[in-house]
Amino acid sequence: MKKLILLLLLFMPSYLLASGGHVKLDKANIDPTNKPSLQRGFKYFANYCMGCHSLAFSRYNRVARDLGIPDDLVKKNVIFTRDEKGEPTKIGSLMKIAMPKLYAKQAFGKAPPDLTLVGRARGADWLYSYLRGFYLDPSRPFGVNNTVFPEVGMPHVLWELQGYAAKEESGHGEGHKAAEHEAPKLKIVKPGSMTPAEYDRMVRDLVNFLEYVAEPGKQTRLSLGLPVLLFTLLFTILAYFMKKEFWKDVH
Amino acid sequence: MKNLLTWFDERFPVMSLWNDHLAQYYSPKNFNFWYFFGSLALLVLVLQIASGVFLAMNYKPDAQLAFASVEYIMRDVSGGWFIRYMHSTGASAFFIVVYFHMFRGLIYGSYKSPRELIWLIGMLIFLVLMATAFMGYLLPWGQMSYWGAQVIVNLFGAIPGIGPDLAVWIRGDYVVSDATLNRFYAFHFFLPVLILPVLVFLHLVALHKVGSNNPDGIEIKKNKDENGIPKDGIPFHPYYTVKDIVGVGGFLLVFFAVIFFKPEMGGIFLEHANFVPANPLQTPEHIAPVWYFTPFYTVLRAVPDPFLGVLAMGAAVVVLFFLPWIDTHPIKSWRYRSVLHKFAILFFVAFFFILGWLGMQPVTPFNAELGLRSTEIYFLFFVVLWFTSKPRSKAFSFLVFAIWMALIIGYDLFRLPSVDASLVWPGLTIPLVFLAVTLLGPVFTNLDEDKPVPERVTG
Repeated sequence: MKKLILLLLLFMPSYLLASGGHVKLDKANIDPTNKPSLQRGFKYFANYCMGCHSLAFSRYNRVARDLGIPDDLVKKNVIFTRDEKGEPTKIGSLMKIAMPKLYAKQAFGKAPPDLTLVGRARGADWLYSYLRGFYLDPSRPFGVNNTVFPEVGMPHVLWELQGYAAKEESGHGEGHKAAEHEAPKLKIVKPGSMTPAEYDRMVRDLVNFLEYVAEPGKQTRLSLGLPVLLFTLLFTILAYFMKKEFWKDVH
Repeated sequence: MKNLLTWFDERFPVMSLWNDHLAQYYSPKNFNFWYFFGSLALLVLVLQIASGVFLAMNYKPDAQLAFASVEYIMRDVSGGWFIRYMHSTGASAFFIVVYFHMFRGLIYGSYKSPRELIWLIGMLIFLVLMATAFMGYLLPWGQMSYWGAQVIVNLFGAIPGIGPDLAVWIRGDYVVSDATLNRFYAFHFFLPVLILPVLVFLHLVALHKVGSNNPDGIEIKKNKDENGIPKDGIPFHPYYTVKDIVGVGGFLLVFFAVIFFKPEMGGIFLEHANFVPANPLQTPEHIAPVWYFTPFYTVLRAVPDPFLGVLAMGAAVVVLFFLPWIDTHPIKSWRYRSVLHKFAILFFVAFFFILGWLGMQPVTPFNAELGLRSTEIYFLFFVVLWFTSKPRSKAFSFLVFAIWMALIIGYDLFRLPSVDASLVWPGLTIPLVFLAVTLLGPVFTNLDEDKPVPERVTG
């Protein structure tokens, strides 16, 4: 047994070094209980993302209720689409978009994906790093590339806010192994309307909202957890004493 | 009330069933922690069927609608998220509980005579469980559902001759598609609801015929008092019913902790890529089966030839069926067996975990080497169980050791041109240590001495 443990320990470091292959992600540090942040995130999503990206498993009124926004406000400021009868989309509808799939495919090469579950598929840190990872690259169709998602088909939609960044070439030519995994440094070359700190906060709000919409019941689930566990614990303790009582005569 | 009972008892054996299987079924009084998992497996089966029925009320087995219907359950059905997490966590819990249950059988020799049939029926339950879980995993219609099913069904295609046709026959199409989803849904209902309960019933009937084993591996029926009641036996009800309720409480604490705080278990119970709808045109960069299949998946990947790999994976499951005839050592419990026997079991379990972990990792040269070595340990364990079933002569010990080391080294030399030698030779120490300790240990040490088995159960 000892030999086995020793053997495993010997191999361990080489494994840990071998893991990875992706760039290091920045921590998003979102706060899912921060309602104003979620509301801002919803606003940014509606204004900047929802032209192309649907949230087709989520409903407007559910988001409104969870985020504490009156339905009227959502109807007026968020719902821009019409249903098949030509009426404005109802508040209880799924958050679909007007852009036809075929057109989207022609415009971008690949239809922009639905983002309802992107928070669960990719994780907050990935989204946070991705939205801050666009840099100028003239070889790409939209003039930008991404550090987290190389060759991505999406243009830098938030350029007005962030401005454009350029990738700083790392100085040392000899390929240092650890450097491969580190995110390349980006520098703003054409400022946008937000300072980098403001932009980071805005992305954080957006990621917070995407995380929320990926699992809207998450906060309910977390808040129910402790009472359920305490009740189960009480049940187990009582069951234990009952067992002890019954087993008194077993020797 | 009494009259009602009599009325029924005259028409149906209520009292004798109750007595035979609960109130007068005598169980050994020394059951420990490991004996909770039989009743827990039954509990999880009931939970899965109950939550499954409610899921089925809202789920749509249609390639166009399946993914959205799961999200509908998660968002729009009241309490739907709880039912769904209960079912998805329950699938993993089922395997954890069943693996613990099998481990119990392994350390206390519960498969040995006269309980071979209980073990065989149990193995059938394990097979049906694997089939059910595999087909159930397709139903959410996410990327991992789709590509996992694609990979597993393609394994059947590796069988020479009939393979490709067989794979088409299973899928009902040339790729995993709506037809596959529909039939998997049908089987995912049929197997656990109709077949599993029958097998569980047979498992229990067989158990109650011969009586339960216990951590001492002593037959309590050999020591009976003047009334014919085993001296070390206590009625299952109420003693073990109240004890198993404590086990249920302990289980639910862990189960609810996962459901409420970590339902994805960091991507192990619910894989991240499964939150992306199935896309037949886009292969995910890394396809991994769910954790409970990964030990067998690593065995598959350890063999370069696809068909031989499938055979190896199948053999890894089938060999378990033969356990009662591989390990024929007269002492059942590892408590009274030698230090070397305990070493072999722990070594095997450690490498079973490694096999499981490797199955979730991408293949690197190091992982491939470790996967092969772990596969060797998995199968060699059964050789060792057979070998240590009775005392062996010095010459025979050396012979068996030499044959197996020659086979292993022979294969290493055969594959050496295509792999990294600096991994092969350190890796060789794993089977070398295992076989040297277990096969040659008895020759050079007295660590193979068994302990005397007491007449009556302890504790």
